[in-house]
Amino acid sequence: MDVKVVDARGSFCPGPLMELIKGIRQEPVGTVLEVWSSDQGSAKDIPAWVAKAGHEVLSSIEDNKIYKVQVKKLK
Amino acid sequence: MAKRVVLLGGGVGGSMVANQLARQLKSEILSGEVDITVINESDVHVYQPYFLYMAFDQVVPVDAKRPERAVLNHLIHLVVGHAERVDRDQKAVLMADGTAIPYDYLVLATGSRPAPETVPGLQDGGHIFYTEEGALKLRDALHTFKGGRIVVTVGVPHKCPVAPVEFTLMVRDWLNTHGMEDSEVLYTYPIGRLHSLEPVANWAGEIFQQRHVDSMTYFNLESVDAENKTITSLEGETVSYDLLVAIPPHMGQDVIARSELGDAGNWIPTDRHSLQMVGDDSIYVLGDATNLPISKAGSTAHFEADVVAGNLINRIHGGLGSIRYDGKVFCFIEAGADQATYVKFDYQNPPKPQPPSEMIHLYKLAFNKMYWLSAAGIL
Repeated sequence: MDVKVVDARGSFCPGPLMELIKGIRQEPVGTVLEVWSSDQGSAKDIPAWVAKAGHEVLSSIEDNKIYKVQVKKLK
Repeated sequence: MAKRVVLLGGGVGGSMVANQLARQLKSEILSGEVDITVINESDVHVYQPYFLYMAFDQVVPVDAKRPERAVLNHLIHLVVGHAERVDRDQKAVLMADGTAIPYDYLVLATGSRPAPETVPGLQDGGHIFYTEEGALKLRDALHTFKGGRIVVTVGVPHKCPVAPVEFTLMVRDWLNTHGMEDSEVLYTYPIGRLHSLEPVANWAGEIFQQRHVDSMTYFNLESVDAENKTITSLEGETVSYDLLVAIPPHMGQDVIARSELGDAGNWIPTDRHSLQMVGDDSIYVLGDATNLPISKAGSTAHFEADVVAGNLINRIHGGLGSIRYDGKVFCFIEAGADQATYVKFDYQNPPKPQPPSEMIHLYKLAFNKMYWLSAAGIL
């Protein structure tokens, strides 16, 4: 599967969720984006927005204090 | 043969790097060993933070402008013209007039632009204050505004991340001091709090409550219905407005797309520490043009300029260019009521909130005048 990495480690402003929204806006439907975040809050923030916006969280893992969330753009 | 450094873009980032190079490589330039060229679309340098004040008629366009030639050190060549594309095989910037400007090192400082055309209806129904033309149109609209609901809606990505909060507080002041205390101000933000920086979000929450500013979160502007004066978010919510002020999603410049250097939003893949374009160590990128997850702001370009200039000077002198950017950003935040605060952070350290004060507001006003020393690479 082709995955576009959104490397938002160390991002306080705009932050990982805003970086994901930027990616979602500019990529075509069906794209899978994987956000990398050093902020523990991303594990909750990102799925909360993805649910509201009607996209899909494919996976969410912690890898050596980096939170990696895969999101598929559905519409 | 001279080492040729070409800077595409003469905004804050490009001008600062060029001026630092010119000062620190003066003898090499005079002896013909180094040659520095800035390519800029316009012969005018604009201090963009003034657009915010222009919308409230506190400054006029002439206050924000100086000739780019006067901003640049006299040892720098300035080419004013339209760059068609960067040709990495030829190592040259190809201009629309058919000339080619060859480089050994290229600095991409092309910035970003608001892209209101990416939101259906926005160009007809909304105002923006991120351009001179937009700020003046909004100034005129505020002058004839008779009251009602002003909606400030924030898109992703955008430059100057604190300007939307500043505008919101300043427009609330404007309404209060022009007999429209009963008019509403509604601020919408894309994520689940009022600003990406948590301390700023918490501060804005308190101050919005005190000053009667309403807010909605998780609101990403999807479309504007200019006829019925409503906006709808991609999360599915619709709200009405009497005056709409949007901070539209931004894009990187079209020359990046024509050069096939960027991603889908024309942002250039950039190493977060070296600031070199990924895959090409002869190209540096700074300011809004990068794809880095940091604030698109003049201060970001300012701190990045120190790194890019330092590494170029080092490499021209035979070094490896090992200075690393640590993600440092510093932003003033106007709080309305003649007060301001600031945030400072980097890749490792989150911002710590500071209470707003009159002193910081006065310093920000002073910096607006001192900006020209920054662009000159002195401050």
